[in-house]
Amino acid sequence: MVALAELTGKKEYFAPGHRLCAGCGAPIAVRQVMLGLPEGVTPVVCCPTGCLEVSSTIYPYSAWRCSYVHNAFENGGATLSGVEAMYLAKKRAGQLQDDIRFVAFGGDGATYDIGLQSLSGALERGHHLIYVCYDNEAYMNTGIQRSGATPWGAWTTTSPVGSEALGKEQWRKDLTAICAEHNIPYVAQASISHWRDTVTKAQKAWEYSKEGPVFLNILAPCHRGWRFPMEKTIEVARQAVKTRFWPLYEVEKGEWRLTVKVTKPEPVRTWLETQGRFSHLLKPGNEAAVEHFQAEVDRQWAKLMHRCGE
Amino acid sequence: MSKTMAIVGTDAIAEAMRQIDPEVVAAYPITPQTAIVEKFSEYVADGLVNTQMVKVESEHSAMSACVGAAAAGGRVMTATSSQGLALMWEILYVASGLRLPIVLVNVNRTLSAPINIHCDHSDSMGARDASWIQIYSENAQEAYHNVLQAVRIAEHPEVRLPVMVNLDGFIISHAVDRIDILDDAPVREFIGEYSPAYPLLDVANPVSVGMFDGLYGYFFEAKRAQEASMEKAMYVIQQVGEEFGQRFGRPYGLWEEYGLEDARACVVALNSACGTIRTVIEAMRQEGKKIGLLKLRVFRPWPGQELVRVLQHFPVVAVFDRALAFKGGHGGPLYTEVAASLYEAEKRPLLANYVYGLGGRDLSVSMVRQALEEIWQAAEAGRVASRVNYLGLRE
Repeated sequence: MVALAELTGKKEYFAPGHRLCAGCGAPIAVRQVMLGLPEGVTPVVCCPTGCLEVSSTIYPYSAWRCSYVHNAFENGGATLSGVEAMYLAKKRAGQLQDDIRFVAFGGDGATYDIGLQSLSGALERGHHLIYVCYDNEAYMNTGIQRSGATPWGAWTTTSPVGSEALGKEQWRKDLTAICAEHNIPYVAQASISHWRDTVTKAQKAWEYSKEGPVFLNILAPCHRGWRFPMEKTIEVARQAVKTRFWPLYEVEKGEWRLTVKVTKPEPVRTWLETQGRFSHLLKPGNEAAVEHFQAEVDRQWAKLMHRCGE
Repeated sequence: MSKTMAIVGTDAIAEAMRQIDPEVVAAYPITPQTAIVEKFSEYVADGLVNTQMVKVESEHSAMSACVGAAAAGGRVMTATSSQGLALMWEILYVASGLRLPIVLVNVNRTLSAPINIHCDHSDSMGARDASWIQIYSENAQEAYHNVLQAVRIAEHPEVRLPVMVNLDGFIISHAVDRIDILDDAPVREFIGEYSPAYPLLDVANPVSVGMFDGLYGYFFEAKRAQEASMEKAMYVIQQVGEEFGQRFGRPYGLWEEYGLEDARACVVALNSACGTIRTVIEAMRQEGKKIGLLKLRVFRPWPGQELVRVLQHFPVVAVFDRALAFKGGHGGPLYTEVAASLYEAEKRPLLANYVYGLGGRDLSVSMVRQALEEIWQAAEAGRVASRVNYLGLRE
């Protein structure tokens, strides 16, 4: 595990002055990933369209202290594949000596949904790159619409609560597991609340990206979309881990391993209570809905424990 | 200086790509482009090129990877057809907007539905406003020469726009033809070195590419600058074509003329149909029916003023279109462009439009003869009987 003292003097590649909301989880995820970068390595960053992209590069200002490229919404994986291919060509021709490594930061819309094919292609082809999903569980940039990452029961502007609906009617897809099944060197699920765990995973990610593709899925709450006070971002993320809603684990060379054990889980209700998007589930008469939510969390946890051999 | 080979059109394209030796090729197979990707994959497998080939999972990703690779800083190529070009469509605009000199070979094939794998120009015409330079080729020899020139045009500092080289699917791509392949060394000397403007991989000078233009940003100015570069491309294309002629004995311009000096009617057309049209014109000229052919090579930038200077002297101009614009009976895209430009002519010719060959419908000598007889009669009579006509359509 990384120690705080090792990180204090490190270069920050994401500069203050970006226009993300106060209390946004995304820049915290970015900084934790960039803190894992080895010395002497130059990063190149790619962002598919999303909050991070529009808020970090409003022309003529850029928050990136390294080269950065944005192409479109659904093609982060393919775009960075091209950058990496050019690097390999230049390296082979002896035109480049630098150790350059590549990372994409996409939201869950760009990653779980519209960009899934592009991501899957990049993973299958074995490009040397890291793809990070900063997962805030909905399309926040366009105003809180449901995505494939939105949990069951969550209110969004396209999964509203009404007389016939209790928010989103489907469970989220397990993208971390889907990426792991691509048989790539390293996949991990992390949360911005557990910085030491995330930076340690980032360090591994940068190392493994020399061998092939790496995928990191980092929970990065959005207080605007999840409906909680902006100063509570880390607490809300932590409660997702403590309730086993968001398990922290890694799949290193095919070996599944739980990195943060949750031996005494708190009821998932305690996480739902932190957010206005679930407030309808907590009203009297909807107890069955909370039980359904808890049962799904338990089921998925058990499945993960089986994979981790716990 | 060159060797003569009997090869199919796709092989001629692959030869051009081998000689260019782009640092990155990202491509996805689609009929009838497939053989280009197959042949080039063999070159990579045999170590005949230094290319890093990205065998992507779709054309959308092909163009996306091309954008990433070109932004990283280096030569990038791809090839596609039809639905593939349509799937790239969104990213075509990103490639040109970011001013990346990507070269794309489009083997013309129609667009679904009904699904049909054969030639027409619906694919490239659908991308006509994407700010890509579009060059058309009558045969494989021209396609080969055009691909070599495309690199120089795209990378020219005054241009910095992507180039699409078009050739007809199956008719040219899959037909064996006699082709002169130039020697590698003079080709590489002609193409020269490329020095990208703002490469991502220059670690000493980091850049942000594809930044967000806020509400009060510079979008309008950027697009006007792009349009100005398209204007400059008109001259660069001619300079490069002239230099190509000096080096290799065959100069290229915006178009090629046949029999225009004494013609009373002029046909404007693109790609392989020009061969059939020229054959018919040859026969009719021997009968004293003086018709000429203007084989357009450059469709984007649109050489409007240049064309007016030539076309305004003819009593009749007939435009052949291998695509529809679905305006409701007002003719195809090439016709529309010609008509719009001739509005500014001092003397406006009579106009006729012949739509032909959709979905690969054969354009026979007799069909062209019928059209050209009508055009000749229009020149004699001083009026066009029917403005928009469909050749070879079963009524």
